Amino acid sequence: MFSLTNRLRQVASPAAQLYRCQSTLVVAEHNNEKLNPATLHAITAAKQLGGEINCVIFGSQNTAAIAKEVSGVEGISKILVAENAAFEGFLPEKLTPILLASQEQFKFTHIVAGASAFSRSLLPRVAAKLDVSPISDIIGVKDAETFVRTIYAGNAIMTLKSKDPVKILTVRTTAFEAAATSGGSGAVEDLAASADMPAISEYVGQELTKSDRPDLGSAKVVVSGGRGMKTGDNFKMLYDLADKLGAAVGASRAAVDAGMVPNDMQIGQTGKIIAPELYIAVGISGAIQHLAGMKDSK
Amino acid sequence: MSLKVLVGCKRVIDYAVKIRVRPDKLGVVTDGVKHSMNPFDEIAVEEAVRMKEKKLAKEIVVVSCGPQQAQETIRTALAMGADRGYHIDVAADKMATLQPIHVSKIMAKLAEKEKADIVMLGKLAIDDDSNQTAQMTAALLDWPQGVFASKVDAKDKGLEVVREIDGGLETINIDLPAVLSADLRLNEPRYATLPNIMKAKKKKVEKVKPEDLGVDITPRIEVVNVEDPPVREAGQSVGDVEELVGKLKDKGF
Repeated sequence: MFSLTNRLRQVASPAAQLYRCQSTLVVAEHNNEKLNPATLHAITAAKQLGGEINCVIFGSQNTAAIAKEVSGVEGISKILVAENAAFEGFLPEKLTPILLASQEQFKFTHIVAGASAFSRSLLPRVAAKLDVSPISDIIGVKDAETFVRTIYAGNAIMTLKSKDPVKILTVRTTAFEAAATSGGSGAVEDLAASADMPAISEYVGQELTKSDRPDLGSAKVVVSGGRGMKTGDNFKMLYDLADKLGAAVGASRAAVDAGMVPNDMQIGQTGKIIAPELYIAVGISGAIQHLAGMKDSK
Repeated sequence: MSLKVLVGCKRVIDYAVKIRVRPDKLGVVTDGVKHSMNPFDEIAVEEAVRMKEKKLAKEIVVVSCGPQQAQETIRTALAMGADRGYHIDVAADKMATLQPIHVSKIMAKLAEKEKADIVMLGKLAIDDDSNQTAQMTAALLDWPQGVFASKVDAKDKGLEVVREIDGGLETINIDLPAVLSADLRLNEPRYATLPNIMKAKKKKVEKVKPEDLGVDITPRIEVVNVEDPPVREAGQSVGDVEELVGKLKDKGF
């Protein structure tokens, strides 16, 4: 007969022995002047993962000022800074080697950034080198391995578990609050890691639309125009309305394709995904792909 | 220049179809549903064909991964002007967990095998919305990447790429060989003409398994579930502008 006495033994479980300190690296985004708010949303998502949170700032200039902004956020352990003229334009070919070197040094379990043209260009490149499957545009964190994201232009929601040892994630900013920028005491240090950078790509320049209106990605009110506006000149009506409401102005793909407005105003599955308090759509039919960009509007 | 271009194209549920979640909540309904080439991949194929017409490219090889029906997508690309195709044979039940990490390895292996100068992909597939494959393929090959491209021009030894970014447009110069991903405004794809569809039937399509290329497609993810998005409350119709303004004021705008 088996003795069924089970005595609780104070032995460190195998899991504890193999336990790897969970540590997240948030890759900060900035424009050499100010931190991009997308990073603050990514930090909130990182906090939901549990574990230590660190931040890395790459840039060709003014990284100290960006680091100062990040150090204001509560809950960040280390803020790593790497300033190098070669990082001008934030080319993924130049940033990947040094991110890999940082990973080699610190062995993060998670690498996270706010979803944007910058992170979408960079993080998958890093993931391929680490032989892990990156997960794009998460809208929820269930646990350190399980994430929620939309598929089919937001017409279905998938919950998936990553089996890879390092999780590389981009975070949909509209799905997480921005972390507050006060109360923090993270230590800023220079990134010790260094890496050779290939000279296979060259940054030439950017043509950014200048506007005094609120940023489309974070505006509380958005007025949007589509094919029904007929001409770019007619958009003036929307610009005037937006100014009265303190709103940003967006557009559907049709309006951008027709040349009525520049591409950075496009809202949709492959344009910007926004969730303002109030969304006013004018001359827009409401194709699935457009809805994908604004259906979380309150 | 006489470049060899490798183009990836994916068979996806047609963009106009209403998506329905499967009763088993592990995917969406695909049986009996209209499929077509991923719109971004059509743009990628079109760009390659234009390069050939401009005598920048000499040969276009297209690749698609999937079960037997993937060959339809390859034939469409051949009808648009591609020269040869590879059908990477992946069983239907493995497609749910076939991800950019696997596809990028396949593209990289084929790029090496074919000595391609350009790997051209669509920016993202409208089913998984990942936007990763081009970036990952470039990393595996250690090639530069020109992703979200809205304009590609050949320069002396490389390419000048204008990219669509969050705030507007960005211009970069990249060396060849390179990986590009096509954004919406790169071009407007042609419709395959009937004579070209007929000619496409004679073009060669080679069927290969991922393991023949040394690529392991073991899943990296487990699908926990797939659900409908939260249902939105019905909206209200208003009679006139005064009523609209009144309601907005009530809500504090």
